Amino acid sequence: MAALWPLPLLLSQRLWACLALTLPEEPHDGPLSAGFDAGRVGPSVDLPGALRVFSLDYHHVQAPFEIVLWIMLASLAKLGFHWSGRVPAVVPESCVLIMVGLLVGGVIYGVRHSAPPTLSADAFFLFLLPPIVLDAGYFLPGRLFFENLGTILWYAVLGTLWNVLGIGLSLYGVCLLVPDSLGDISLLHCLLFGSLIAAVDPVAVLSVFQEMHVNEQLHILVFGESLLNDAVTVVLYKLFESFLRLPSVTGLDVLVGGLRLIVVGLGGFFVGLFFGLVAALTSRFTSRAQVIAPLFVFLYSYLSYLTSEMLHFSGIMAIVTCAVTMKQYVEANVSERSNTNIQYFLKMWSSVSETLIFVFLGVSTIQDIHMWSWPFVCSTLLLCLVWRATGVLLLTAVVNKLRRNAVTFRDQFIIAYGGLRGAICFSLVFLIDDFPKKRLFITTTIVVILFTVFVQGMTIKPLVELLDVKRKKRALPTVSEEIHSRLLDHLLSGIEDVVGYWGQHYWRDWFEQFNKRYLRRFLIGEHHQARSSILRVYQELERREQQGGEEAPPPVDLRPGGRPLLPEEMDSIRRILSRNLQNFNKKQTPAYSRHTLHQDGSAKTALHRHQSLPERHPCSRSTLCPQRAQGEFSKSYRGRARLSRSHTVCSASPRRSDPPDSVGPAALNPTQPSDPEPAAEEQQSPLHRAPVERATKKQLSFVLERETRQ
Amino acid sequence: MGSRASTLLREEEIEEIKKETGFSHSQITRLYSRFTSLDKGENGTLSREDFQRIPELAINPLGDRIINAFFPEGEDQVNFKGFMRTLAHFRPIEDNEKNKNPPATEPLNSRTNKLLFAFRLYDLDRDDKISRDELLQVLRMMVGVNISDDQLGSIADRTIQEADTNGDSCISFQEFIKVLEKVDVEQKMSIRFLH
Repeated sequence: MAALWPLPLLLSQRLWACLALTLPEEPHDGPLSAGFDAGRVGPSVDLPGALRVFSLDYHHVQAPFEIVLWIMLASLAKLGFHWSGRVPAVVPESCVLIMVGLLVGGVIYGVRHSAPPTLSADAFFLFLLPPIVLDAGYFLPGRLFFENLGTILWYAVLGTLWNVLGIGLSLYGVCLLVPDSLGDISLLHCLLFGSLIAAVDPVAVLSVFQEMHVNEQLHILVFGESLLNDAVTVVLYKLFESFLRLPSVTGLDVLVGGLRLIVVGLGGFFVGLFFGLVAALTSRFTSRAQVIAPLFVFLYSYLSYLTSEMLHFSGIMAIVTCAVTMKQYVEANVSERSNTNIQYFLKMWSSVSETLIFVFLGVSTIQDIHMWSWPFVCSTLLLCLVWRATGVLLLTAVVNKLRRNAVTFRDQFIIAYGGLRGAICFSLVFLIDDFPKKRLFITTTIVVILFTVFVQGMTIKPLVELLDVKRKKRALPTVSEEIHSRLLDHLLSGIEDVVGYWGQHYWRDWFEQFNKRYLRRFLIGEHHQARSSILRVYQELERREQQGGEEAPPPVDLRPGGRPLLPEEMDSIRRILSRNLQNFNKKQTPAYSRHTLHQDGSAKTALHRHQSLPERHPCSRSTLCPQRAQGEFSKSYRGRARLSRSHTVCSASPRRSDPPDSVGPAALNPTQPSDPEPAAEEQQSPLHRAPVERATKKQLSFVLERETRQ
Repeated sequence: MGSRASTLLREEEIEEIKKETGFSHSQITRLYSRFTSLDKGENGTLSREDFQRIPELAINPLGDRIINAFFPEGEDQVNFKGFMRTLAHFRPIEDNEKNKNPPATEPLNSRTNKLLFAFRLYDLDRDDKISRDELLQVLRMMVGVNISDDQLGSIADRTIQEADTNGDSCISFQEFIKVLEKVDVEQKMSIRFLH
């Protein structure tokens, strides 16, 4: 029931918004004498002609008023969606928003009998798209992205080329087969259409994957591909468009086109890199004016986007590169609050943008200018699916030989089926120079977008679950298997770290050294440098503490002995294990979420708490470091193991009362730094977390020592 | 760094390691450059601190046990051969190896040897049995702080009960192998080293 009451409220508001949006076409009534704002005058004198008590001056506020109404409409729709009980489980948000848009468009069309406002390409590319891409780029898991960069580029460049050429050429074949209605569509037109329809859209992909809970690796593959294929799409689109304007096309032009691809991609990359570094440098000096620090993040990113659009480079690549570059330095330089501000603003803007885009997609569908052709539309739909599927299969078969974590069949299916088209295609099709069949292209594009978003968006989750179900038919693992498997996971993860993903790549090691030695020193303020280097380790520790600290599992009364356990007891053991076994495998961590910030915030507040850490370990102890570090390190694990027995006891005693076993000559030193810390920590942290935090701080002090030593 | 690697590692050594572990030439040179990058003291061997400098290993709950696995009994330094010998356990089992003449000694990356490596992570005192205490220690490392000792004890007892066939309330290596027969150990314990 609770879900129902907001709906009438929202519906009425929406209706009001629709009606207000239909207002502008009606002639203004209101006795405005030229230039005299009678409405502002207060007194209730009713003089004929000159003054009125109340008057309406809509024209004055029309533009911002309408914009706000649209945003309000979109946001209320989004709210309603999340309040509406079971709908989010079945229908992705993008579908609901498009439906709302269709409704509004229908209402406006019905009232005004003319086409509702459409999404202009300029508004889309300049205002609506950048926040979404910026948000995605800022929260991009950097390490995972670079690990998979080869695969992503492989899919983005080759996959898009494959799709474009395949769809373009096959569509031309279809046109040749139906010469009476489609005969005047030339090959170049088909290729142009192919180039804009083949592009996978990051907005749509993100919104659908939200609800799907895919793992990080898969998410980064699809999302990275959708980001990077922008460069290819832009180049091919502009290439074919300019070919259309040329009287004839030579081989040289094609070659130039290929060169342009590289220039566009790299140009966008370097523009973004430049602005990212400048932004990082600027953020270094914002300590005295912290309130405007977030503004620089947005300004520089947007500037990079606009600059690269101006130079006809790939704006998306620029803004993503800018965000990725400046993130680590900006995070270290600005205060915690500014960081939170940045993140929240990014989320908010991208959310609004995305909602607006989908609503407008719905609205723009209601138009006068549709032209329908069964063979063209149906064959386009079919070809999109077919070419994408074959492309993914072929490319994956090649790339799996070179990858460490193979892309499984389930992943391939998701990549192929999750290739949604969205507003980018829509805007691009409007930008085509006018020619007789342009309306057909527009209609087809809209159909493809609606089909992919609705049909593919809604069915991808059930289909994937169907695929998963087939694999899960085997019996549930026994307790031993779970525990030992987890041990093996940790072992493998550790060995992978020893071998080093990047140890195998010389240039990545070189970059880390370069980063540490030059970039960090230059771009991060002096007093922030130590903190930045342990932030990542700390976040990881905090994250796992939180996973362990959620709820105490119900007590299980198990008697050791030979009797077989009841199923409930097995279940509770399994629940305990699954909740508490530390999950290290990166492939299983949940991916980026549009609506919530992760644990980042709390990790950083925890860091804030421990910010006194650097002062407690001055570098003068560095001479004793090696042995002390080792002692602390091994002790920390043993200490952690022993703490659990007394986890109800809070205070300073437990750790140091442990017998100082094989620590060696450095046994005395470890006692010193721990004593001042517990006192400070007790007031701030909950009791049961204090012992573990001390353990983690031991590790951190160790890590810090390493950093300062290097 | 590249030139240092090739001059310090002699061809004969590469051949020996190749024969012993089954890695290819390029894999060995690449792992050697990783070895030297870890070796901050530049004395051709790695100590425990060198491993502890790897930040992700610090977070790994089994970190120090994994590090210990690299060092032979009672020693504090490991040279490149020892390093490679340990890493050889994680080489994937290739199909074509099964068809060739089986070598005299079992290759380091066979299923049994992989399981023995994992077994030794539990079995610190090397008595070829995982006692309840040893199991509890490892469990406590892997699990958070929320589980009380009793619950953990029950889980450990259950684990031993599932595996123990001869009733000595310890898990021997053979019992360990049997318990894990359904788990795809080859895939879980293999790293695909780039060629």
